[in-house]
Amino acid sequence: MDSPGINPVKEKKGRGLLWSETRDGFLFILPWMFGFLIFTAGPMLASLYISLTRWEIVTPSVWVGGAQYVKLFSDDRFWLSLYNTSYYVFIGVPLHLLMALLAALAVNMNLRGIHYFRTAYYVPSLTPVVANSILWVWIFHPSWGLANAFLEWIGLEGLYWLQDPRLAKPALIIMSFWSIGGQMVILLAGLKGIPIPLYEAAAIDGANWWGRFWRITLPLLTPALFFNLIIAIIGAFQIFTQAYIMTEGGPNYSTLFYLLYLFRAAFENFRMGYASAMAWVLFIIVLLFTIIQFMLSDRWVFYEGDLRR
Amino acid sequence: MTSISGRSALEILWAGIWYVVLSIFAVTLALPLVWLISTSLKTGGQTFLMPPKWIPDPFVWSNYAEAFKAVAFHEYFWNTIRIVFFATTGTLLTASLAAYAFARLRFPLRGPLFLLVLSTIMLPSIVTLIPTFIVFRTLGWIDTFLPLIVPLWFGGGAFNIFLFRQFFMTIPLELDEAARIDGASNFRIYWTVILPLSKPVLATIAVFAFIHNWNDFFEPLIYLQSPENWTMAIGLRGFRGLYSTEWNQMMAASTAMILPLLILFFFAQRYFVSGIQMSGLAGR
Repeated sequence: MDSPGINPVKEKKGRGLLWSETRDGFLFILPWMFGFLIFTAGPMLASLYISLTRWEIVTPSVWVGGAQYVKLFSDDRFWLSLYNTSYYVFIGVPLHLLMALLAALAVNMNLRGIHYFRTAYYVPSLTPVVANSILWVWIFHPSWGLANAFLEWIGLEGLYWLQDPRLAKPALIIMSFWSIGGQMVILLAGLKGIPIPLYEAAAIDGANWWGRFWRITLPLLTPALFFNLIIAIIGAFQIFTQAYIMTEGGPNYSTLFYLLYLFRAAFENFRMGYASAMAWVLFIIVLLFTIIQFMLSDRWVFYEGDLRR
Repeated sequence: MTSISGRSALEILWAGIWYVVLSIFAVTLALPLVWLISTSLKTGGQTFLMPPKWIPDPFVWSNYAEAFKAVAFHEYFWNTIRIVFFATTGTLLTASLAAYAFARLRFPLRGPLFLLVLSTIMLPSIVTLIPTFIVFRTLGWIDTFLPLIVPLWFGGGAFNIFLFRQFFMTIPLELDEAARIDGASNFRIYWTVILPLSKPVLATIAVFAFIHNWNDFFEPLIYLQSPENWTMAIGLRGFRGLYSTEWNQMMAASTAMILPLLILFFFAQRYFVSGIQMSGLAGR
């Protein structure tokens, strides 16, 4: 733009904010602001209030102060559901991310026909979780399922996957490996974003494949890994559908996950106060983890801007 | 194609090993889908064979007809499509409007407000669920599509605002300025300059909204009660409740739910890739 004199946009930049632009700005974000107030901020405060009452929808609500939280912390089922969920989050999510990383590295090669492999690895992650759940109940079927057919094929005994309290959670984690495709594609985009001259320089310095992976690929991929980790952990804390459809929380409550327990409290027993207290406890847990991860991220996440500092 | 002589024997060997490794993974990942489709075409007796028979004999296509007769999948299909249509329209309109303001207009508190948008991406939806349910219940909206549609007319989801803004930032400012010289208002610039240039991101968000609504289970489970209002996901769950031992029909019903997604994927592949890559930008 070499003619600022006739360019109103350039001209007004020096003059600070314009009234018409301010008005339009707020007008344009009005739907979002309204939505934020009635579907996010308002309900958050309301659920905090409900968590301090006893309320079964049909009866009037009674203020009970912190009693729901006291009851919650002395409820063995609550702690069990928190344990089950943590097991799924802290064992399942890192393994899932590792598998996605391996898959992304595998399909990042410059080989002919590689995009067919990318498609093949991605497609399973498209299947809806309901259809997935039904399919995997069948795969884990103790007598006629594919999982035991495989075990018997390699000469092992079949297992009672979803009927064994010790195996039900690992089975759900194994099932989750089938849908690594979404994370794989995000990590692949991260790998493609790494400047090739960096590799060339490293090759000149005599770095082998392993050295290049540790010194270049992994550090430059940490932002994508970090983003995936945060989103995956928040998602995994809210695992619900698999347990609801496949195991109904069993056997022996071994897949009673947090959200399933909350769902039953709210929509089967109509204990809205208790369920709201559970919702707030989960919110605090997820918030704390996100904050801790952001704090720890300074130590291991590498942003390209750091180079220029 | 480069000639074989152009490569060293070692390189060819490595490529060969790599193809084998890739193929083993591909076959492993494909097996559950093959098993699904194979079971869906078997007779009842053949589903209970060990070791399993991979190729059904005969092919029982009527499993699909039986499954569709048992539950009203065509109704669930149209319900889902209607929800997708109205939810997506709201998403595309209100998210892009907000994103335009965040990308192009200068107004007080723009930065903090955008941070607020970003922070709600990380909010677990469970914390707002119960009061939102109560509000919809008070409005008499339970067992209607409104709870699944109306919220998306108010901002269309924080992540979509983020995606739109990312895309708008790549459109050259000169185009806005040229229109402004011609006396165009902000809304006119948004409507006639920015949106027509944003077809890729509009298509991407529409595709992902379709997938989201097609797959979503939790919200329809809470809000839709009578079977005539069910979506595909809830309908499939209902089918499992009814026919919990007819595995061939259950797999036929599951295939019927997966198939439209696969078709969508093969027709709109580039929007999938661009969408996922755009969401990957958040990691930069």
